[in-house]
Amino acid sequence: MTSLQDTAAPPVGTSRTDPSLRPARRRSLRYLVLYLLALGFVSPLVYMLATSFKTRTEAASTVPSWIPDPFTTQAYQYLFSAPDTPVLTWFANSMLAATATAALVVATASLAAYPLARMEFRGKRVVFALVIAMLMVPGVILVIPNYLIVSELGWLNTLTAIIVPSAASAFGVFFMRQFFMNLPVELEEAALLDGANRFQVFVQVVVPLARPAMATLALLAFLTNWNDFLWPVYVLFSPETRTLPAGLATLQGANQVRYDVLMAGAVIASVPVMLLFSFLQRFIIEGVSRSGLKG
Amino acid sequence: MSEAVTHRPDAPARAGASGPPAGSRRRRSPIAPAPATPWLFLAPFLVLFGTFVLLPAGFGVWISLHDWDYTFPTHPFVGLSNYQALFDPSSTAGGPFWESMRATGIFTVLSVPLLLVVPLGVALMMNARFPGRNFLRAVYFAPYVLGVAVISVLWRYLLDTNIGLVNHYLGVLGLPDSTAWLTSQPAAWASLVGVTVWWTLGFNAVIYLAALQDISAELYEAAKMDGAGAWQRFRHVTLPGLRPVLMFVTVNTIIMSANMFGQSYLMTDGGPGRSTRTAIMRIAETGLSSFQMGSAAAMSYLLTVVLMALSALVFWLFRDRDAVRPRKKVRS
Repeated sequence: MTSLQDTAAPPVGTSRTDPSLRPARRRSLRYLVLYLLALGFVSPLVYMLATSFKTRTEAASTVPSWIPDPFTTQAYQYLFSAPDTPVLTWFANSMLAATATAALVVATASLAAYPLARMEFRGKRVVFALVIAMLMVPGVILVIPNYLIVSELGWLNTLTAIIVPSAASAFGVFFMRQFFMNLPVELEEAALLDGANRFQVFVQVVVPLARPAMATLALLAFLTNWNDFLWPVYVLFSPETRTLPAGLATLQGANQVRYDVLMAGAVIASVPVMLLFSFLQRFIIEGVSRSGLKG
Repeated sequence: MSEAVTHRPDAPARAGASGPPAGSRRRRSPIAPAPATPWLFLAPFLVLFGTFVLLPAGFGVWISLHDWDYTFPTHPFVGLSNYQALFDPSSTAGGPFWESMRATGIFTVLSVPLLLVVPLGVALMMNARFPGRNFLRAVYFAPYVLGVAVISVLWRYLLDTNIGLVNHYLGVLGLPDSTAWLTSQPAAWASLVGVTVWWTLGFNAVIYLAALQDISAELYEAAKMDGAGAWQRFRHVTLPGLRPVLMFVTVNTIIMSANMFGQSYLMTDGGPGRSTRTAIMRIAETGLSSFQMGSAAAMSYLLTVVLMALSALVFWLFRDRDAVRPRKKVRS
């Protein structure tokens, strides 16, 4: 009777709970809530996948169906064949941009984080303070000036505009610095005493130890870039330069009523990240939980 | 500086926790780097960071002081008049801007408390060993991985007034089944907030969960020995242990919510009327569609000032007050 109250706060001043028969009932209630919640997370995604294999009429029917009848790949065929929706090109653009950004972020952030973690030099505090300050500043103030900078560089409507500006990752530097600070310093000192220079130490001693952290950072940078929405919508304006999220937006503008096509587009945009996620979810989730920095 | 070579390697230099304690002397490497070395390491990042973060952060101020129409060759200096126009609610710039700030405010006020409390509840329920826990954690996190475009397009379909799943199943349950979820108010706000919570719940829950697992079990044991009930243990062990993480999550969630753009752009298109047109939408339209960059830059600074003030307020609310007044209510 009172077990439902466990999740809510009992009124202040209640005495201690009766220990008998509590744990078992509480545990089953917990499972029930958690698995029902999980159903609420999975079913919309399942419905998206199902709808992408429906006919146009079935997708627009007022009676929802979970199993396409007839099963058809019409929506996908439409997407692949229509001239104004080059989905495969969008897919390739997204892949290329996200991969290149991830590589740039990992390379530049790891290199920059190393001296911030391990060397004493003039100006170190200034650099680090700037990185932290920019971690706090909302990105919205950068959008307008960056549009002008990118236009000045002649990058408007090119993938370069999607890759290079987003590779300046203050978070990446912060993240890698935390990792380097927690590495035992003895190995590096031994290598230095053996006459290696700092770059050799970094490449031969530090990078092999930092692989898990670098992989996590690469994943987070890939996902962030893959899902970026506002910037690509405004910086890319021809069908063949768009990334998937920007493409989905134009698809929706053009196909208000063709939900089968929209769902097919959404599925295509989901498959790569879902595959990455299912294989590497532990890395991704650990990376995110570590971003809730300790203190 | 010179004692480093003789130190005992088995002496724990750092306990592997966070950074060095404030004011302690960091262990130096035995060989000081050449003056140029750190800068060579930093150079590639600093080029990117300088060009696309530091430079625009300053350049934006310059833009906001000009009548900067992207399509015109000249950009006359106008001083603070972009800001003045924004503060005049009757001007063409000011009216819609504050309307959009209001929309952002409504969304933030509605979504942030939910995004702080619901994920905490989920994390508390998951903070135990049971079969399928990692699977559930991944399931809750999955929508976040898909990104705003996929999520918004999907829910636009599910929330469709006539053919959406949501209305269909509400009808099955005998509830009103013809709500215009995306084209009427207050249903549109309910939809945007609900979808946002569904989308990012897993993100905050994962951060909470990691922090919960860092709270020492001995503290709970000790509290139990002292006769503390479940609620008291939550009040006096869990919440204080979560304080730094709660602060981070609060600031982060406020900033994310105040930057809401994609959900409105794709699900409601700023409607019905202009009611869900957020500040970010207004800034992007003004600056990147109408090319009134001076005004848009000024707007982005105003929004940022408000956000910074809010963040400072959160830091102040979450400051460590135990040292001063041990029995102060923790606001969550």
